[in-house]
Amino acid sequence: MARFIGRRLLYLLPVLLAVSLLTFLIASLLPGDLAYAILGDQATPEKLAALRAKMGLDLPIWQRYLHWLWGVLQGDLGRSFRTGEMVLNAVLDRLPVSIELMIMAEVMGLMIGIPLAILCAVKSGSAIDRFFTGFAFANLSLPSYMVAILLIFLFAVQFNWLPATGWVPFSEDPVGNLRSFVLPALTLAFAEWPALMRVLRSDMIATLQEDYIAMAKAKGLRPARILLVHALKPSSLTLVTITGINIGRLIGGALIVETIFALPGIGRLLVGAIYARDFIILQGVVLFVAAGFVIVNFIVDMLYGVLDPRIRHGRA
Amino acid sequence: MAVLEIDGDTALASPVAKRRKLGGLFLCAVAWVLLIGLAAVFATILPIASPTDMDMLGKRALPSAEHLLGTDSLGRDILSRLIYGARVSLTVGLLSSVIGVTIGGALGMLAGYFRGRLETLTVGGVDVLLAFPPLVFLLAVLAYLGQTVLNITLVIGVLSIPAFTRVARAVTLSLSEREFVVAARALGATHGRILLRELLPNVSLPLVAFFLLGVAVTIVVEGALSFLGLGVPPPAPSWGSMIAEGRESLDIAPWLAFLPAGTMFITVLAFNIIGDTLRALTDPRPGAL
Amino acid sequence: MTSQPLLSVEGVSVELPTPRGRLLAVDQVDLSLAPGRTLGIVGESGCGKTMLSRAILQLLPKRAALKGRVMFDGQDMVRLSPEALRRLRGPSLAVVFQDPMTSLNPVLTIGTQLIETLQAHLGMDTAAATRRAAELLAAVGIPAPEQRLRQYPHQLSGGMRQRVAIAIALSCEPKLLIADEPTTALDVTVQAQILDLLAREQQRRHMAMILITHDLGVVAGRADEVAVMYAGRVVERAPTPSLFAGMRMPYTQALLAAIPKLDSPPHTALPAIAGRPPDQTRPLPGCSFAPRCRHADDQCRAAKPPLADSGPAGSQYACWHPLQPAPMPEA
Ligand SMILES: Nc1ncnc2c1ncn2[C@@H]1O[C@H](COP(=O)(O)OP(=O)(O)OP(=O)(O)O)[C@@H](O)[C@H]1O
Ligand code: SF4
Ligand SMILES: [Mg+2]
Repeated sequence: MARFIGRRLLYLLPVLLAVSLLTFLIASLLPGDLAYAILGDQATPEKLAALRAKMGLDLPIWQRYLHWLWGVLQGDLGRSFRTGEMVLNAVLDRLPVSIELMIMAEVMGLMIGIPLAILCAVKSGSAIDRFFTGFAFANLSLPSYMVAILLIFLFAVQFNWLPATGWVPFSEDPVGNLRSFVLPALTLAFAEWPALMRVLRSDMIATLQEDYIAMAKAKGLRPARILLVHALKPSSLTLVTITGINIGRLIGGALIVETIFALPGIGRLLVGAIYARDFIILQGVVLFVAAGFVIVNFIVDMLYGVLDPRIRHGRA
Repeated sequence: MAVLEIDGDTALASPVAKRRKLGGLFLCAVAWVLLIGLAAVFATILPIASPTDMDMLGKRALPSAEHLLGTDSLGRDILSRLIYGARVSLTVGLLSSVIGVTIGGALGMLAGYFRGRLETLTVGGVDVLLAFPPLVFLLAVLAYLGQTVLNITLVIGVLSIPAFTRVARAVTLSLSEREFVVAARALGATHGRILLRELLPNVSLPLVAFFLLGVAVTIVVEGALSFLGLGVPPPAPSWGSMIAEGRESLDIAPWLAFLPAGTMFITVLAFNIIGDTLRALTDPRPGAL
Repeated sequence: MTSQPLLSVEGVSVELPTPRGRLLAVDQVDLSLAPGRTLGIVGESGCGKTMLSRAILQLLPKRAALKGRVMFDGQDMVRLSPEALRRLRGPSLAVVFQDPMTSLNPVLTIGTQLIETLQAHLGMDTAAATRRAAELLAAVGIPAPEQRLRQYPHQLSGGMRQRVAIAIALSCEPKLLIADEPTTALDVTVQAQILDLLAREQQRRHMAMILITHDLGVVAGRADEVAVMYAGRVVERAPTPSLFAGMRMPYTQALLAAIPKLDSPPHTALPAIAGRPPDQTRPLPGCSFAPRCRHADDQCRAAKPPLADSGPAGSQYACWHPLQPAPMPEA
């Protein structure tokens, strides 16, 4: 297992480096330059030159990259030129909200997706199976902003059960906090479960044909044990991969959902930075999110080893 | 034994009946895409109101002879805005997927055919590009470049390259060991000839299927940009911004959001159905992605 | 065979839907087996041996259609509720599958797979079940059983895995063990060991066994009675000694000729049976063996020979032109 982790770590570092380089290069796409964007209307040639010198913008690009990377490694993602806030602090402040949202969404997605997948796999080919598979397929064409509108319309406007906006910190009002998360998390879960269910269903159908399932039946085990232990575990490898891949989509979805439901998370920070053309925050958030995404995928890879002993023992 | 059973049973999974049913759906999907496509192409000569003319006295009007689907909260004709919005969605959706399928398809085929360092580089590049959550990447790049239809199309196009590269490479890899390719090589065919005459025809069907699925995803992404107010700048109509505007009056006129949402949903679903049917034709395994 | 049979298979047919039509995998099979006895079922690959055993176990694929009765211990297996069947499998009826590579769950430890069986039926607590599991592994000849319990199937060799599968099958002291080609997937060197292990445990536990194989040589010294299957049907059935003394069916004779002889020089071509078994989605009107049979004539091609009694010894065969029984050395 240690060797396995070591090998994956060796792959992680170059990817992270490439991600940082790309993030840095994106910022240099700006027509004109950063100094111009900051000064805006007040730009005079002298002020521009002074600011460029202060920000090191007149240095060659690779020097600027190394300088920036050195700062990043020390936790310095820059400082917003509008509010003066440290980018890292801004990100860490908003991080818990985004994480709470994504975890709730993923859990809800799995809670809908896994039982439906098992049901459809067991009843594969039946009317129930066809109904839910069709439903999942249609659901894949329903982007999160539409789901959000639908849920707001139903739960907030029609019945007034749950708030559509109005986040409160957990420490002040735990129930209110959770209530404010229900609709956003459910919105994201709606984008999640169809993909989860589809993969798990088709893997389960294949697993249920395996000899070891016939063997488990021949041993007289209870159906629940056969499904949940003998069939679900070997079928969940692709599910784990998909969950990893989906995190990218989940982050994108969180960005939209946080904006719609006015949750003060990282997605809203990013969109706000774009509205305000605050490029330093933007760059910092992109780097943070991309690096986080790479690392989460790395952890998902590790989970693979937990699920499949053959991989753990380096045989596959 | 186990293999035999899987083969036997998946073959038994009544795909015949399902495919026949999908046939009807498939035709509906094609018809819808044609309808939307034609309306978008001929938007300027259709007898519809202007999508940007405001009628301050007839805000949120119900359907009438004058406004077939009513008007929005600024008194603009909804039908006309839907049709002009389709122009944006389809343009961005089709063009960016064309960029993805050409560049990604070519890269993937070359990587899968020549292997070696080219393949390592391509796969590495794809991995790095995929290391970014796509929407975050898209928003960031557009923030720097500026939000124009051209930029949106180009950036989404670039972002879709990795997916197409993967598909093309995988198919090419599996084909290049097959007899007909080996035979062509043994007969002294040039690389160019093998790639274009032997491989391309076989790679193109999966790529076309994937292209259609890509159009669906792109329409959704373009909608997200417009919904966030970071897409095609107003007053040009787009489905995403119509949904966002309709959201403001969910309590008094929910249809303002649901009409564009429904149109977009059906369009995306139609592309998904067509793409998925084609994919199922090329890939006999059910549910494989 | 005076005692009440433990298992009796009465007119069992299994039909499987396939893209090319309905496939008759098992066709009107009758069998019976007394407690403690061994029945060998022999036939070429694809003749329906596994489907027959699955029919007995009620483990057929979902879309398979089963006709007939399977009486086990006085109950009709076909009519039992799922829960009653579940209680029967394990303590009364157990199975060892053909391929130990696929019949053990790759993501669960050997220990889990053994212990769960014990706990499902014998109500043991974990400590007792673990102790019992180690004893079982030791009994089937696995060294260092405590360590093996913590290992996964892929860490064991094929022969070891089959021993584990046997330990699992024996764990609840079944009255009937179905061994479906338990050695086909194994190295020649371990085949005899596994067969001897099965025979020894059977003796010790006074358990009935159905030994399925495509090799007549395997059943020779081990089965009390042999049923030969071809194209889903039982075509010859006899107590083992009388079968070897005088087989009546040309197909059985061909099977006998196909046994690899230990004393033949290595790498000589086996006298395999020419031709292929018939397509069971298109049943022949006459004897299914006719296309490959040297003695076939118009009658063979026109009508199916019934499974008829032959002589005194409880033997049966289905053939229009049976081979002449060789003079028996002893009655
Ligand atoms: N799941 C299935 N679906 C459809 N047909 C099947 C299935 N499994 C087996 N068959 C067919 O049923 C027939 C009997 O198969 P069976 O597995 O019982 O043969 P067998 O005698 O056990 O052969 P082997 O020695 O190869 O194990 C064969 O023709 C086979 O092709
Ligand atoms: S019935 Fe005819 S064809 Fe069939 S085995 Fe006997 S002799 Fe051969
Ligand atoms: Mg078999």
